[in-house]
Amino acid sequence: MTFLNYDFMKLALLAILIISPLFGMLGTMIVSKKMAFFSDALGHSALTGIAVGLIFGVKNTTLSMMVFAVVFALLLNAIARRVAASNDTIISVFSSTSLAIGLVILSRGGNFSKYSAMLVGDVLSITKTEIIYLGVMFGLTLVFWILCSNQLQAISLNKTLARSKNIPIRFYEDAFAVLVALVVMVSIKWVGILIINAMLILPAAAACNLSANLREYHFFAILYALFSGVAGLIVSYYTDVATGPTIVIIAAAIYLGTFLYGKRYQ
Amino acid sequence: MKLIKSPCGLHCIKLIDFGVKFGDEVIFEHVNLHVHCGSLTMVIGENGAGKSTLVKAVLDEIPHTGHLEFKDLEEGKLKRIRIGYVPQKLNVEKNSPVSVYDMMACYCSKAPAFLYKSKAVKAKILDALSMFEAEELLDLKVCNLSGGQLQRVLLAMAVMDKPNLLVLDEPMSGIDAKGTAQFYKLLDEMKHKFDMAIILISHDLDYVAKYADNVVLLDRGVVECGKVGQVFHSEGFKKIFGKGEIESHDLS
Repeated sequence: MTFLNYDFMKLALLAILIISPLFGMLGTMIVSKKMAFFSDALGHSALTGIAVGLIFGVKNTTLSMMVFAVVFALLLNAIARRVAASNDTIISVFSSTSLAIGLVILSRGGNFSKYSAMLVGDVLSITKTEIIYLGVMFGLTLVFWILCSNQLQAISLNKTLARSKNIPIRFYEDAFAVLVALVVMVSIKWVGILIINAMLILPAAAACNLSANLREYHFFAILYALFSGVAGLIVSYYTDVATGPTIVIIAAAIYLGTFLYGKRYQ
Repeated sequence: MKLIKSPCGLHCIKLIDFGVKFGDEVIFEHVNLHVHCGSLTMVIGENGAGKSTLVKAVLDEIPHTGHLEFKDLEEGKLKRIRIGYVPQKLNVEKNSPVSVYDMMACYCSKAPAFLYKSKAVKAKILDALSMFEAEELLDLKVCNLSGGQLQRVLLAMAVMDKPNLLVLDEPMSGIDAKGTAQFYKLLDEMKHKFDMAIILISHDLDYVAKYADNVVLLDRGVVECGKVGQVFHSEGFKKIFGKGEIESHDLS
């Protein structure tokens, strides 16, 4: 375990041990609710968040990203409720517009290279304080899951049916959107805009292939996420490549494996 | 099916002046309906007549005008109504990892289904499933159930909180002819064994003629309302379904 001789690797491992189960858990609902496109759009909105923060003179980029993402998520939900066009069209319109605005602002004066690190992320540069933020998000998500995952699942199966059982749909949908926005923004610097959605979706999608109920689904999603996270970190260390994409490749391999296995034996 | 509680006929549910608009478009307006426990009211109409929207309005899922009144005629008091609902379809994929237990637990309990299987919740669910002889389905995946099996599960879920009103939204889509016949028999039986009123959205006029106590013809509002023969012979019915439809149904 020579890679653990370095402090930054210890911190990176710790970060992965928090981020990956968190993503595994959130991913299950994103897959069930068919929100893959939504979380992708949220990831892309990170740049816009920074850009808007810049305009208002906010130095703390994480803070401006989080505020922007929460507003963006709630706005998306509100519009999706009102407009008859299909959800992914609306999300696409919003996401590309906001991304373009962000890019225009950040690239003014040829400065974009300063932000391009956000695209791939760098888990090796995480600090102790930021790990504490991740830990807090993890705790928050766990509590939310215990209290709200039943209702969210119910809403994802059939909204009218959920309504008939007196489940307040808007409240849960908005709460979940805010949670996803916060988690994505807290972790995006370490995971990267281009990859974050793959890390949310792949473990859950792989778990979907083999699970017979919600308990197996969550267990496998978290297991696959943890495995690909830790394995990705170690492999990337020894092969000297970026960590995020390595994690995604391993997660994709697991998805392919479970897909073929599921097709054959189930 | 065991007898839960004979309908007393003394519970009266009124939809008063229901209307829904999407922007400027009127989906339907001035819908007034009156149903009693122990009766089966079927709502018919063309696609786009506002049938499913009416259901959503009754369940308060979408903004609407009008209100629902639930009265116990014996005590003469207004009460809070419980509504059971059977949807047209569920949002499940071929590999959705949701078992029957999971689904019912998610709708009916707070014990997090992703974490553990609660014994108390399981007992409650089995009790509900047993009314429709569906206990053996408990651990099957919802996506693997046959149309008829899914229907029994959904019915069990809809009646497990002893609703005063059961609303079914074209629950026959995706069911074969034999399944459909069985379903209507089951519904007829439920009418006598649960103390509730039933509203069914249907497009199957043969079964409407055979089983409905009351028929409501909807087209952006109530066009006709009454007994089967009355509605099927009305001008509104002829206009919407064509003259030939009436002769082809056994109205005896």
